[in-house]
Amino acid sequence: MSSSVLFDEPGPRARVRFRLYNGVFVLVVLGVIALVLYKFNAAGQFESRIYHRLSENGVITELRRGLVATLEAAGLAIAVALLLGIVLAVARLSDHRWIRVPATAFVEFFRAVPLVLLIIFLFGLAGATSPMSGWDTRTQGLAALVTGLMLYNGSVLCEVFRAGVNAVPKGQAEAAYAIGMRKNQVLRVVLIPQGVRYMLPAIISQCVVALKDTSLGYIVLYPEFLRGSRTVAQYAGSFLVTYLLIALVYIAMNSVLSLLAYWAERRISQRGRGAARAVEHVEEALAAG
Amino acid sequence: MEWFTENRHDILVAFGFTVEMVVIAGVVALVLGAILAAMRVSPIPLARGIGTFYVYAVRNTPLLLIMLLFAFGIPNLDIRPELHLGDAELLRLNVFFVFATAALGLYTAAFVCEAVRSGINSVPLGQAEAARAIGLTFGQSLRLVILPQAFRAVLQPVASALIAMIKNSAIAVGVGVTEMGFEMQKLQNDHPSSRWEIFIVFAIAYMLLVAIVALVTAALERRARIA
Repeated sequence: MSSSVLFDEPGPRARVRFRLYNGVFVLVVLGVIALVLYKFNAAGQFESRIYHRLSENGVITELRRGLVATLEAAGLAIAVALLLGIVLAVARLSDHRWIRVPATAFVEFFRAVPLVLLIIFLFGLAGATSPMSGWDTRTQGLAALVTGLMLYNGSVLCEVFRAGVNAVPKGQAEAAYAIGMRKNQVLRVVLIPQGVRYMLPAIISQCVVALKDTSLGYIVLYPEFLRGSRTVAQYAGSFLVTYLLIALVYIAMNSVLSLLAYWAERRISQRGRGAARAVEHVEEALAAG
Repeated sequence: MEWFTENRHDILVAFGFTVEMVVIAGVVALVLGAILAAMRVSPIPLARGIGTFYVYAVRNTPLLLIMLLFAFGIPNLDIRPELHLGDAELLRLNVFFVFATAALGLYTAAFVCEAVRSGINSVPLGQAEAARAIGLTFGQSLRLVILPQAFRAVLQPVASALIAMIKNSAIAVGVGVTEMGFEMQKLQNDHPSSRWEIFIVFAIAYMLLVAIVALVTAALERRARIA
């Protein structure tokens, strides 16, 4: 249902009324913007010193280093999470109870535990377990962050994969069995290649979530984007301006990923398969995570 | 379980903090989320634009960054909320708690908005058309026809958003709020040998909170079900 059904094409009186409301809104918004600008100015947040310092070479190098660390963690985490997700999905789709039940428990547990707790726990664990305790703090933080992201996102992706495979019309699997394929062939050759198409938007949305969640590396002292920008903010003399800048960078990065998701979604809907809807529902349910 | 008996008081206080945070932020998220959803389906172009912009910006920013922005950025504007809570000492409420809770509520509002909006969109087209045909205004058709029906479809997605919020509340450890995430970090450092126990107990505590939301949702769903 498009929202425009909620109101008729406005007549002359309604148009006047909408214009009035819109005018009130414009005034309120302008008022808020003016207040914010006034506050910024009064508190010296527009002082050129802040912006000069933020555009110094050293500062930009520092920010870039943080950004690279964030992308490094995100790339690693997404790669291993995809692998784990596939393994878990195959396990959950298995016909054997003894594989299916533990996999289900695993997925449900890691989806239920707050990711921060998991990362803090893993960080401590890495510090106390023999080969990892020798690592420097950065590596230890990275290991905890990537492992935590892998366990959480892998569990979420497992559900996405499962929904994708289940979205493939039943006849496909039946036909594959009928021509004598084995169970793993049916999954590998018939179901997964078709299911991937339905899953793609949800997978990319989950990449956005994973990229955002790399910010939790801050808590285990991994020098990612937020950690790195802390010193910058202190140097520039404004946490407000620095963090707003960082937020813009995050929004830009995620916009690129979202564009990919949009593009993938369009390509799928062009093929006119209704089954993508099933995946959409899962995606909606998981998006909040 | 020595770590538990020794720190029972602190653990309970931390649990209380998490519950308080989640309840306050939950109310903020539900109210603001509903307002944002109404804005996004309204006939006023600017209201729609603001709603869309808000959701887009918030959904693409990490929660920790929003918390840091509130906790360290807002004081840059010389805004420092004064707390007059009487027994503040007992609750150990601090400014960071206020900022982190506000950030959590504002962040979750964007997800609640999307859940409500998709719920509104799930009501069959004919319902809105019929409401318009008998002459109901935008407000009336939303209030009397669409929202009561959307309620059923909205319940589950909104509950998912609130459950995610409960888990996200632990991120407040990053700005130094002494809630459960903070307490777990402290205990892990003080009692490294009980690491696994501590982790499992805290994980179960969160699952308990999540279970409450799930039970309430199930009850509401039963009541909203068409006979």
